[in-house]
Amino acid sequence: MADNKKLKEDVLAISGVNVRKCMKCGKCSGTCPSYGEMEYHPHQFVSMVESGDIEKLMQSESIYKCLSCMACVERCPRGVEPGKLVEAIRLISIRRKDANRLTPDRISELLDEDMPQQALVTAFRKYTK
Amino acid sequence: MQRIGVFVCHCGTNIAGTVDVAAVSEALKNEPGVVYSTNYQYMCSQAGQDIIKNAIAEHGLTGIVVCSCSPRMHEATFRKTAAAAGLNSYMVEIANIREQCSWVHKDMKTGTEKAIILGKAAVAKVNLNAPLTPGESPVTKRALVIGGGIAGIQTALDIADAGFPVDIVETKPTIGGKMAQLDKTFPTLDCAACILTPKMVDVAQNDKIRIFSYSEVTDVKGFVGNFDVTIKRRARYVKEDVCTGCGACTEKCPQKKIPNEFNLGMDNRRAIYIPFAQAVPKVATIDLDHCNMLKNGKCGVCAKVCAAGAIDYNAKDEYIEEKYGAIVAATGFNPISMDKFDEFAYSQSKDVITSLEFERLTNAAGPTGGKLLRPSDGEHPRTIVFVQCVGSRCDSCAQKGKEYCSKICCMYTAKHAMLTRDKYPDTDVYVFYIDVRTPGKNFDEFYRRAVEEYGVHYIKGMVGKVSPEGGKLMVQASDLIDNKQLRIEADLVVLAAAIEPDRSARPLATMLTASMDTNDFFTEAHPKLRPVESPTAGVFLSGTCQGPKDIPETVAQAGAAASKVIGLLAKDKLMGNPCVAHSDENMCNGCSTCENVCPYGAITYEEKEFRMPDRTTRIRRVARVNEAVCQGCGCCTVACMSGAMNLKGFKNEQILAEVDAICR
Repeated sequence: MADNKKLKEDVLAISGVNVRKCMKCGKCSGTCPSYGEMEYHPHQFVSMVESGDIEKLMQSESIYKCLSCMACVERCPRGVEPGKLVEAIRLISIRRKDANRLTPDRISELLDEDMPQQALVTAFRKYTK
Repeated sequence: MQRIGVFVCHCGTNIAGTVDVAAVSEALKNEPGVVYSTNYQYMCSQAGQDIIKNAIAEHGLTGIVVCSCSPRMHEATFRKTAAAAGLNSYMVEIANIREQCSWVHKDMKTGTEKAIILGKAAVAKVNLNAPLTPGESPVTKRALVIGGGIAGIQTALDIADAGFPVDIVETKPTIGGKMAQLDKTFPTLDCAACILTPKMVDVAQNDKIRIFSYSEVTDVKGFVGNFDVTIKRRARYVKEDVCTGCGACTEKCPQKKIPNEFNLGMDNRRAIYIPFAQAVPKVATIDLDHCNMLKNGKCGVCAKVCAAGAIDYNAKDEYIEEKYGAIVAATGFNPISMDKFDEFAYSQSKDVITSLEFERLTNAAGPTGGKLLRPSDGEHPRTIVFVQCVGSRCDSCAQKGKEYCSKICCMYTAKHAMLTRDKYPDTDVYVFYIDVRTPGKNFDEFYRRAVEEYGVHYIKGMVGKVSPEGGKLMVQASDLIDNKQLRIEADLVVLAAAIEPDRSARPLATMLTASMDTNDFFTEAHPKLRPVESPTAGVFLSGTCQGPKDIPETVAQAGAAASKVIGLLAKDKLMGNPCVAHSDENMCNGCSTCENVCPYGAITYEEKEFRMPDRTTRIRRVARVNEAVCQGCGCCTVACMSGAMNLKGFKNEQILAEVDAICR
């Protein structure tokens, strides 16, 4: 429990999000273009962070399905910014030992003609510490 | 030397919880002038007031200090208590140790220390208080109601019913307001026009009521009981007393393509028009911006067809001045603009409409004759999506929408959904909601009928995006109960837009010196106990200009405002405020600064003869305060450079004594 409390504090500090502002309208999940790919949806991120259920989110593939398009942030009538929560949880996750999502030795298999180099740079920025 | 009594109130635990009241009354015993000091659980109760009365008699008190709640709450109470015991009311001072002390402090030590200091300041002031006697002013027995919607109509009818003359000022060419645009009303589903238009006719036929339509208030001077108001009567280019409302002109006018405001731009009207068939007054108005004759001098068709000869192209705006004893603000509301809500595609598709537009689309007098047809192609919509809370309940950091709940949308959306399913059982109706709020008589039962009897699909969730695709509207939304994202192909999307106060309210509040909240709703004198009065004496509030409300609530408040107005107009004289400015003519240097800053025009200058020390006489220019007009705001006392201007009851010396006591 103590760990969960610390995790919640970290997520809130990194993201700067005030989850208590959420009025549970679900507009974020109504907006999300990756909704179908996700196990946990944007509105669930907010309520799970609020209840301290963060380990579950860190284990879920959902945090890598988020496109960071920030449509949820733009549309939220309460200014809650669920997308920033996802980013914070992803950061905490990859900051753990040997938890980099992307390692340099995988680059060759990812490279193809259609892949813009910028995407790889962005991926490194997002998925590695 | 004064003989001062100090009375410290516990206010239950409101004060005693964070302030050691016994210590306060003990400490204040030693202040200069204090001869008696005590504390009691509820000073404002009958027993508490008796303690004060007895102490005044027993100890021969000449001044009292009550350490209690804000003077806005009980100053009047304790002034009456003092007067009943034979003390001048203005020898009473209140030290606010509740709102400004016990409620803001958590720690008993700091709370007590501050309460003692506030008490000392009040004692220091009473030492310099002098008895004051309020003057009297007459009451003009006529009321002004600003706004002619259901709120203004009801207020005017009730005031007139008590026998007082009332004038209604309405900016539109007709009274009726938003209610005239509605189709049916929840929860009884009676037709809005059927219940409103008889009231409009009552107003027109009442000989106590004058309607100034197409007019606005441009200036307000004076004070409670004696307001001087300037009303601008905009030129309508039709003689109101000659026009019979036959409508011949509105059929012949060649300017046909002007968006019809009454139908929210969904059809067109002519340049000369009568807003709707039951308009009051039923006279035509020429729209200056679109009339060819007024703009270019070419046309004149309406004058030719008018059998009554009512058209007057040379009409000018007129200003009339009238005196009123009381003013009621009833300026109403508008739906907010949907410009900042691009995600709902309001500006991209004609088939995304607001709820007020939906009212017109289902109204028999509306642009479609009451048939629910899509604005884009005139087809009957099969799938309709209603979105609630569009722009309501938004956090300020979202930088769009309003923070408050608009209150009426849950119910009118239930009504729209129910009526649609009733009239067109082949339609699928979805309502996306965050919460369904139905506090009101028979309101929840109404909402449940929409779900249970009429099969409206209520989905807990919000629409994220509406995109026009091939003549349809793709609605992407969340269903929070089923944990699904839905995509619905809709024919019509209806947005329950938040409501906001009418734009005319802000400048009006400035003219009336009435206060407003951050949303531009008028503030009431007390949120619970004086809900229909503005803090400005003589100004009353009716309807949605004070906050979102539905028709039953509006009518109830309108009647309450009327009763307050009647109470005021029934008086022959009003007691004035004796705390007014006074100029010491020996010190006045005639600079005019006070005259320039006075918001009430209460200060004039006169030439006066003075005897000089060398026995010569000299004529000097000095300020004179009209005590009946002065409202005691104190601007002049601050502006006066020679220190001649002083406010009775708040003299410079008294205020400095308070500051000294606090700093001691």
